[in-house]
Parts: sequence; C-alpha cells; structure tokens
Amino acid sequence: MRKTLRDIAHARAGDKGDTSSIAVFAKRPEDWPVLREQVTAEAVARALAGLVRGEVTRYEVESLHALNFVMTSALEGGVNSSLNLDSHGKSWSYLVLAMPVEVPTA
Amino acid sequence: MVRIGSGAGFAADRIDPAVRLIEQGRLDWIGFECLAERTLAQAQTVRAADPAKGYNRFLEARMRACLPPAMANGTRIISNMGAANPRAAAEAAARIGAGAGAAVAYVTGDDVMHLIGPDTLLQDIGMTVREFGRPLVSANAYLGVEQILPAIESDATVILTGRTADPSLFLGPLVHAYGWALDDWAHLGAGTLVGHLLECAGQVTGGYFADPGHKDVPGLADLGFPLCEVAADGSATVTKLPTDGGCVTAQTVKEQTLYEVHDPARYLTPDVTANFSRVRVREEGRDRVAIAGATGGPRPDTLKVTVAFDGGMEAEAGISYAGPGAADRARLAADVLRQRLKDIAALRIDLIGVSSLHGTLAAPSNLERSEDVRVRVAARTDDPDTADRVLWEVEALYTCGPAGGGGVRGQVRRTFVTHDAYVPRDAIRAETGVIRP
Repeated sequence: MRKTLRDIAHARAGDKGDTSSIAVFAKRPEDWPVLREQVTAEAVARALAGLVRGEVTRYEVESLHALNFVMTSALEGGVNSSLNLDSHGKSWSYLVLAMPVEVPTA
Repeated sequence: MVRIGSGAGFAADRIDPAVRLIEQGRLDWIGFECLAERTLAQAQTVRAADPAKGYNRFLEARMRACLPPAMANGTRIISNMGAANPRAAAEAAARIGAGAGAAVAYVTGDDVMHLIGPDTLLQDIGMTVREFGRPLVSANAYLGVEQILPAIESDATVILTGRTADPSLFLGPLVHAYGWALDDWAHLGAGTLVGHLLECAGQVTGGYFADPGHKDVPGLADLGFPLCEVAADGSATVTKLPTDGGCVTAQTVKEQTLYEVHDPARYLTPDVTANFSRVRVREEGRDRVAIAGATGGPRPDTLKVTVAFDGGMEAEAGISYAGPGAADRARLAADVLRQRLKDIAALRIDLIGVSSLHGTLAAPSNLERSEDVRVRVAARTDDPDTADRVLWEVEALYTCGPAGGGGVRGQVRRTFVTHDAYVPRDAIRAETGVIRP
C-alpha cells in the first residue's frame, strides 16, 4: 500500500556549517524494516536533488529505529552565507517525509 | 541524584520557562546555552565597539528574573552568556546578584585569535585563511569540562563562559558532582548525552516537534523547559514540570538524541568521543523518559575553533501581489528585478507562496494557482551602495513594476561567514576569575 513517509515516520533536521543532517524515526517498530529498505541514501539524495550538492551518508541506529542522513554542501554555504530564507535547512526534513513508501498491508 | 535543568537553547530563548523551572524544579543546576557560531561573531564586533559589552544581550534580563529564585532554592547557574566578553558579563551579573550575596565566576581563554594566522587551515573548506581572503573577525575555541571545571569547583552561584561546547555546560556539573575522571570515557559519554538532550531547551519538551495530527503537543504556547534526573552511572530521566505545557515522549527524546549529530558512534566534543549508537529510550510515566546506553572513547587531541570572517552585507527586500494573476505578476516582477540587478552575482529571488524555501529543488512543487505571493530578493555584496540599490529597486516596483504590488519592506545587515580550524589542546590557556559580593 502506497503511503508517504510522514504517515509512518517522524524526522528532525539540523545544521552544522554547510552540512545538513536529518534524522528519520519509525513511529512504530513494525515500520522500521520499511525505513531501512526504502529510505536509502540514494532515495534521500533524489528527494533533495538540487538543494544538496554533496554526498549523502546514511547511519543506522537500530536501538532508536532511526536513520541519520548527513549531507555535505547541502545548505548553499550554510547559515552564515546562504541567501535561502531557510538558511538552516530546518524545512528540509519535510522534503524527506514527503517521499512515497510502499507499506505492506497487514 | 543530580537534578539539572535547561534554561535556554539559544541566544534569544524565552525566559519565563527558566524561571518556572528554577522556582519549582528543585534543581541543583540550570544551564543556559546561548551561543551560536554567528552570535559569537556578532558579539565580537559589539565588544570591539564597546569593551564593556559583547556578552549576551539578554544577560541582565535573565539574571534579574532567575538569580533571586536560584539563590532562594540553592540552584547554581552555568551559561555561555559571556559570549565575547565573559569578564564583563560576570561583572554585570555580579552587580545584579550583589544584594543577594551571589558570587559570579567566569572563564576566559576561548579567544584564540593569536593562534590563527594566514597559514591556518580552514578544515571544512580545505583552504588557508590567506586563500579564503576575507577580513578575519574572531576565532574562538570550543572549551570543554577540563577548562571550566575550576569555575564549577568554586563556590560561585553563577558561572559564565564564552565559547564552550554546548553539552560541556551540563557535563561539567555532573563531573563535579560524581567525581568522574576526565578520562572516564564511558561516564563522560553518558553525561554528554544528558547535555546534548538539554542544550536546546524546549526542543526535547515538544518545541521544534509539533505537527498537528501527526505529532500533537499540548500547551505549546506555555512550553516548559526540560530537566534531567541524573544517576551516578550517567543514566538519566528526562522530564519537565507537570504544570508546564509541552511533552516529553520517546519521540521527542529520540529526535533530540540525533539532532545535529553526524556519525552517532563518534560525536566529537572537547571532552570525549561520545557514542550514541546504542542509546535506549523508555517511557516510564507521563512526561518521563529514561535514557541509557550512551558511552564514549578518548577525546580528540585538538579543539575545534570557529573562525569568523566579515561576510559583507546582505540586502533583503520584499513586495507582495495578491488576487487574480498574483503569481504571474510576481514572476514578472522577479524578471524585471533580475534585469535591473543583473550585475550582482550573489542574487536570489524567491516567490513566497509559490516557491521559496525549496525553490532550488530540481523539481519544485508547483502551486501555480496561489493567490497571495511575495517576491523576496536577497543579495550579498561588499558594496553599501549596491546593497542600497537592491532595496531601492524593489521599492521602485511600486511605480515601475507590475500592477498591484504592495507591502515593500527591506533591510541591509552586516553578515559573517564562519569556518572551522583546529588547535592543539595544550595551546589553550583558560583562566578562571571569581567576583565576590
């Protein structure tokens, strides 16, 4: 069944310099495998294509059912030099949460 | 059990929640984290203009509100509100606390301008200071527990620092209370998680979290700030006052655990290489979340330095179009401005209501039918006249642009650019002073 990631996950974005980090968490333990399999670094890179110009690295934290994405050259220079209204990239998390996912019908 | 609260998560954070926490939280300590990379560069320029200033602009207001209840309840205050001038901050705090008999300690030594030269490598961009080529404004090293511990070990009620790693403000009191050695990496890692969860104040109690229908937060308008009950083994419970708004849930704690963390197994601070990769959270009651499993390894040999440069001026201005065809008129205005300002290289134009925050996306969402659109123009330049011209051209759209444009606002502000350098730990000369009533 097709859903958006926001239906099964929550996320928070942060910044350090020109690097953006977005942590994505499964709301329910049963959705953790969906995140691991479908919310890949490549999928996130596609969701942020144009905004993120560097590498996307994915870290897994099994104990929190979390994926942490770290993206370089992601903030148009960072909070101090970006001309983007959202120079911290606080709203980037919602681009990831808007991703479509295929969730098994129970 | 040490009870440590968080009174601020950034320079301009709200004050009321901190006062309530001190009055009702039975706290041993409260930490106020009030310094970002850019805030510090701004503070340095304020100090350059007035040697008695350069500390957090809300320091006096926070002290007037927080010091009396802190003195009454035996709660000690620790903060990086010293910003670019910890000594002047301490003098200001001491003037406010003198009547109540509060001693104020301060820590200097984070200012490392003398260690930065033309050949210093800016590690995040792989260029030297000379190659980067912009005027240097300030350089501040992130101090850790090692440097601030003498102030914590003094009898001062208030401890004010400049640039300190955010979690160290909370780890320091825990090291002091439990006598953890400065190479006891497991405990320092656990205490660093406590500090990391507290350093953004309301971000672990429902701030930067609420999403109606998905993540509801009760009483967001009265958002309370967090406190941690920390045991001697470094495990802790995150909670808040029951009468405050907000919530502490497994979800809020998880989000903050990984906030601005890169590799969760290697979170670098001046104190420890913390490992958050096996952290466990468990809801143990309403607004009570237990955390465990953070650990750590040896601290880095070098300290990170934020090097700030003059970033020139940023000119920003906007004009709004509404009603039928608003998006088309806004787009026309943007085209006109692009032609009239074509000599400015660092220029960005957004259509707020159509595409702004995500306007750089390869496939931006398309809201063609939006009927209230703001054109936002932002430019960066070193030339004041060019900055003024951006505002002028936007205002000129009233009579020389599309129909029905209104609400022009604009501002020019000085900006800073920061990059990272690293200095050897033993090059830092931290000093502690105490001002007694």
